[in-house]
Amino acid sequence: MHSATLQPPAGAAGELTGLLLMRAYHASRGEHRHKVIIPDSAHGTNPASVTLGGYQTVTVPSDARGLVDLDALEARLDDDVAGIMLTNPNTLGLFEEDIAKIAAAVHRVGGLLYYDGANLNAILGVTRPGDMGFDIVHMNLHKTFAVPHGGGGPGAGPVAVSARLAPFLPGPVPARREDGTFAWEMPARSIGRVHTWHGNALALARAWSYILANGGDGLRRVAEGAVLNANWLRHRLRGTYDLPYDRPNMHEFVASTTSLKKANGLRALDVGKRLLEEGFHAPTVYFPLIVDEALMIEPTETESPETVAALADALIAIAHDEPGVGASAPRTTPVGRVDEARAARTLLPTWDAVAALDQSAS
Amino acid sequence: MNVPDDLRYTSDHEWARAEEGGLRIGITDYAQDALGDIVFVQLPEPGAHVSAGDSFAEVESTKSVSDIYAPVSGTVGEVNHELTDSPQRLNEDPYGEGWLCVIVPDESGPVESLLDAEGYMKLIES
Repeated sequence: MHSATLQPPAGAAGELTGLLLMRAYHASRGEHRHKVIIPDSAHGTNPASVTLGGYQTVTVPSDARGLVDLDALEARLDDDVAGIMLTNPNTLGLFEEDIAKIAAAVHRVGGLLYYDGANLNAILGVTRPGDMGFDIVHMNLHKTFAVPHGGGGPGAGPVAVSARLAPFLPGPVPARREDGTFAWEMPARSIGRVHTWHGNALALARAWSYILANGGDGLRRVAEGAVLNANWLRHRLRGTYDLPYDRPNMHEFVASTTSLKKANGLRALDVGKRLLEEGFHAPTVYFPLIVDEALMIEPTETESPETVAALADALIAIAHDEPGVGASAPRTTPVGRVDEARAARTLLPTWDAVAALDQSAS
Repeated sequence: MNVPDDLRYTSDHEWARAEEGGLRIGITDYAQDALGDIVFVQLPEPGAHVSAGDSFAEVESTKSVSDIYAPVSGTVGEVNHELTDSPQRLNEDPYGEGWLCVIVPDESGPVESLLDAEGYMKLIES
């Protein structure tokens, strides 16, 4: 990529920044496009960012391979399309093999390609979004570069762009003067600030340290380890869990309990709760939305073969539980199965409301 | 899975019952089971005009938010306000107390274009 801004404080802020850049770019050419295309497997933040950026979302379906349906994409492309937002690998953990064709088709109608960096750890040191044809890339430093993921951050979601979008970046950005000294400059047609000018500087410093400590070879091993662990685990689960897209995956894959639910009532939620009993962090469940009873499993590169094997053993054992065991889990944690439906239906947003309920119960 | 014979269905898992005042609309047993525990329902405004296939209501479960699509074009009549305080009725009694609203169709007889019970059974079993 040509240039970047380090200001956006999170992935979603990076998405909005990217869409504002898209808008500024088209406006500078006297064009006012209205639509942004998003796959049906996308993260929920994508359509939310599109709406906040003032665009309409157009959904493109996935094909039987779990990838963007090229014919359906072509049918949606016209000169009212501002761009497409893609995650590659996508949320099924699959690499969009047709990315070069997708990029060519979108560019042909004057649209831009936005890369959602949520799954960037799968391709570190292997391939680059810029080479795939992307114009705007956000990176979640808390997902890929060791900045803390939980606890409310602070995170960082830098955005990198191709040369034609550089004049629109948020500012000020550091610029080198002719005498070799540095100064802060606003890019010529900047969309303005999207955060404090220095971004979340300590989060950025942490990510930089992680990159330097690993080096290029180390970062490539991060991707290779993540991809190997996820593929190994998928092979172990074949025959026990449904694998709706059973093909070589990247850093994660999606399994399903559809057959197990029919056979003995085991739901994806139950598997997650049972894993807590077995001492594992539960995977994302019920996402992506295009897979029924979805378990999105990302073992990551940091886990040893022994740990991944233990996770596979636990998942296989859970699938063979007596009927009803899963629904009662977790039984060994300080807090048991939480009644999510009741919590959502009778939301108690203040401590006073909780105290009033306690009083009426006593 | 409960699929009553006397109702009509859409491929988006809604049912419609022809009544004197219009079509009573709801979601199917299959739909409520797939959605899981429903925690919020956004109902259409009475008097609003809807076109077939348009999203005109929303149901939110602990898993996801789903659009409800109008099975026919028409005007929204009565809506089930009980669902605002008791969204669980959609899970407990999808064909009865969990009804969503009544739509008064623009044209008479459009219900024939929807699936019958047999056709809907084939859809959810495929």
